Amino acid sequence: MNLTLHVWRQAGPSTEGAFATYEARDISGDMSFLEMMDVVNEGLIERGEQPVAFDHDCREGICGSCGMMINGVAHGPMKATATCQLFMRHFHDGDAIHVEPWRARAFPVIKDLVVDRSALDRVIAAGGFITAPTGGARDANNILIAKTNADDAMDAAACIGCGACVAACPNGSASLFTGAKITHLGQLPQGQSERDRRVLQMVAQMDEEGFGGCTWHGECQEACPKNISLDVIARMNHDFLVASWTGAGDKRD
Amino acid sequence: MPLDAHVPSGPIGEQWDRRKFEMKLVSPANKRKYTVLVVGSGLAGASAAASLAELGYDVKCFCFQDSPRRAHSIAAQGGINAAKNYQNDGDSVYRLFYDTVKGGDFRSRESNVYRLAEVSVNIIDQCVAQGVPFAREYGGLLANRSFGGAQVSRTFYARGQTGQQLLLGAYQALERQVGLGRLHMFPRTEMLDLVMIDGRARGIVVRDLVSGAVTSHAGDDVVLATGGYSNVFYLSTNAKGSNCTAIWRAYKRGAGFANPCYTQIHPTCIPQSGEHQSKLTLMSESLRNDGRVWVPTRGGDTRAPGAIPESERDYYLERKYPSFGNLSPRDIASRAAKEVCDEGRGVGPGGRGVYLDFADAIKRLGENTIRERYGNLFEMYQRITGENPYAVPMRIYPAVHYAMGGLWVDYNLMSTIPGLHVAGEANFSDHGANRLGASALMQGLADGYFVLPYTVGDYLATAKPAPVNASHPAFREAERGVADRTAKLLAINGTRTTDSFHRELGKVMWEYCGMARNEKGLLFALDRIPQIREEFWQNVDVPGSDAELNQALEKAGRVADFMELGELICRDALERRESCGAHFREEYQTPDGEALRDDEHFAHVAVWQYRGDHQTPERLQEPLEFDNVHLSQRSYK
Repeated sequence: MNLTLHVWRQAGPSTEGAFATYEARDISGDMSFLEMMDVVNEGLIERGEQPVAFDHDCREGICGSCGMMINGVAHGPMKATATCQLFMRHFHDGDAIHVEPWRARAFPVIKDLVVDRSALDRVIAAGGFITAPTGGARDANNILIAKTNADDAMDAAACIGCGACVAACPNGSASLFTGAKITHLGQLPQGQSERDRRVLQMVAQMDEEGFGGCTWHGECQEACPKNISLDVIARMNHDFLVASWTGAGDKRD
Repeated sequence: MPLDAHVPSGPIGEQWDRRKFEMKLVSPANKRKYTVLVVGSGLAGASAAASLAELGYDVKCFCFQDSPRRAHSIAAQGGINAAKNYQNDGDSVYRLFYDTVKGGDFRSRESNVYRLAEVSVNIIDQCVAQGVPFAREYGGLLANRSFGGAQVSRTFYARGQTGQQLLLGAYQALERQVGLGRLHMFPRTEMLDLVMIDGRARGIVVRDLVSGAVTSHAGDDVVLATGGYSNVFYLSTNAKGSNCTAIWRAYKRGAGFANPCYTQIHPTCIPQSGEHQSKLTLMSESLRNDGRVWVPTRGGDTRAPGAIPESERDYYLERKYPSFGNLSPRDIASRAAKEVCDEGRGVGPGGRGVYLDFADAIKRLGENTIRERYGNLFEMYQRITGENPYAVPMRIYPAVHYAMGGLWVDYNLMSTIPGLHVAGEANFSDHGANRLGASALMQGLADGYFVLPYTVGDYLATAKPAPVNASHPAFREAERGVADRTAKLLAINGTRTTDSFHRELGKVMWEYCGMARNEKGLLFALDRIPQIREEFWQNVDVPGSDAELNQALEKAGRVADFMELGELICRDALERRESCGAHFREEYQTPDGEALRDDEHFAHVAVWQYRGDHQTPERLQEPLEFDNVHLSQRSYK
């Protein structure tokens, strides 16, 4: 099939960007979206132009590197699918496709489709962990965890940190991302002692990074390539209120 | 170059304890005075960086991805082995050790493997303490499954995302140290050279992939945990960014490169669909627990799989290896698939595929159970191929997956360069000529959590490296080398893309140094690769500049290194005149087509020493002794 791409080109964080139009010819339905972009880029290099910069790595939908707004939708039209796992058989000959970087205040554009998502790392550094220094852990089977809890924790832990939730949210909120980590760790007995502190620190960091607040649009859940449910935000809010009301907030660092 | 593996004396079961006691310690007050540079943030790198920072060392960690959480360990699906014997099915440290040595076809160092089996139990404890959501039974205990090549259920797993969950555990421990200010993380930063002063590793030169700035970091110890080099084949299951540059720079600075020809071909990957393909996707071999592998009995059978009656199907793994059947080790299952496809019995486009059929399992267990076990893998398969594996059998074919070879390390995981430690897939240490399933995650975390925190301290306490900073002239020289090379790549302005060279190299490697190798093919490859390399340096087109985010430049630098490593792999494969594990030389096979080892001449590690760009590297040997596991021909029949 042949496609017309309108791709956001931006040389650097402070330069102005614009759409550039490219033709993608002889695209096979068995190509992934990124393989289609590879073809376009090889053509650009052969014509002496700069290829389109985009983040990608595993191309198996698990590393969370890739992500583009495809026709205005984070990761494109398929539900629960990261950009690298989107295959061209879902497009039609003659389609025009707009490709843009994640749009969010907390994710400044670095170049073309590449954005800076380091804010998400800082949210984790603020409290998205269980303090368990190496060595001295007790036997793993001494901690019993009901299967349902382990399964719920795993559902939330499946987050790949791609940032699609932020890009999809009209407020640019990272609540789904943060809620997922709070839910993962908060479901487990190991995660209880830091539960109050964790939610307060992570939410504070989220605000500091310039992410917006959650007003329950639900766009994040729709965009999430790992089907993380809005429930994690409810849980985050619950934990946040409990931690604030019980005074645990006063014990923050 | 001395190749003393520094294995502790005494019975194998006491060696690690003995070594830990012998080791010198750095006092708590002095640890912060030492800087450790950790390159790579996968399981080995992140766990080492976090653990060393917890101990109090000044740690800097570098990764080329935009976040340490994205290292390729994240893509490991199936599980992690540990000798917990929770299932009461006869597992033990000794059995895991035995299986790993045998699975590696007797080409690994017994002492290292024993230690790996020994600390495997601590890894599970550590990960659970961190909140890794391993699969559980209804009673709340940890669940296990059996996994490729093992007759006990010792594999722990988190759905089909075990690597992801283990990596996130290590990543969270790492970020905790970042938050505490004890660890400095440098994402989007690529190591481009190793800096040596007075014969020791004293720092690295890196390029900031956003600004293009080339800078130096001085340190007292350098840990390379930069993963494997399977992308030398262009098409592999590795992430697109996975590369050999860090270990190749270290090799060119004098670190010995061990067993480069041991590259593992994974039997269960989705077959290539066309020329455009940028990478291959692995389907966890846990699928082989319930899936049955078959091809039609006669060649050229183009009927739909469902239309082929039982009597005209060849379940060749079950037929040839009755006791292991579909769970035969990776090298054996891969070669068997190639064999039936070479006979013209392969299925799917191009005839390079075999069926992995779940119909029996679905009949026996119900679709729900299969969905529970493999749901995400089935979804992934359907997404990529457009076919529903609940209704039609999957098509699979082997693909390059893992590098058992890597930089040579001694028992302490130190390379031949003092002060340069190597961990995880980047080293050669534990898997011999073939890695068993669910052992890569185990090794990465063993190295990072439970070996390096001890051995790095021992090195620092023993060598007491003098303070150094990046103003030393050795850093300027290395930076100049990096800048010159970059300038050279950008100035070629040729007519071919880097990818086109990479694909060409990959085809040569796969054709002549892939699943089966022979002298004629290897000699051809050794002739051809330098020609490709020469054309690359004359005719590649790398657009853009060095002062910006330039992914084409990054790729060109990595491919340039792959073209040198590719030659070394072929040379190693040529010189190893035997078949062992993943290294199958057609000249050396038993009458029924199995790998034929030559223990008399090749029970050693081949260690390649760089001698200069236009010199043949020197092949050194570390003899392997088997005092505990009796040398025998592997049999899975």
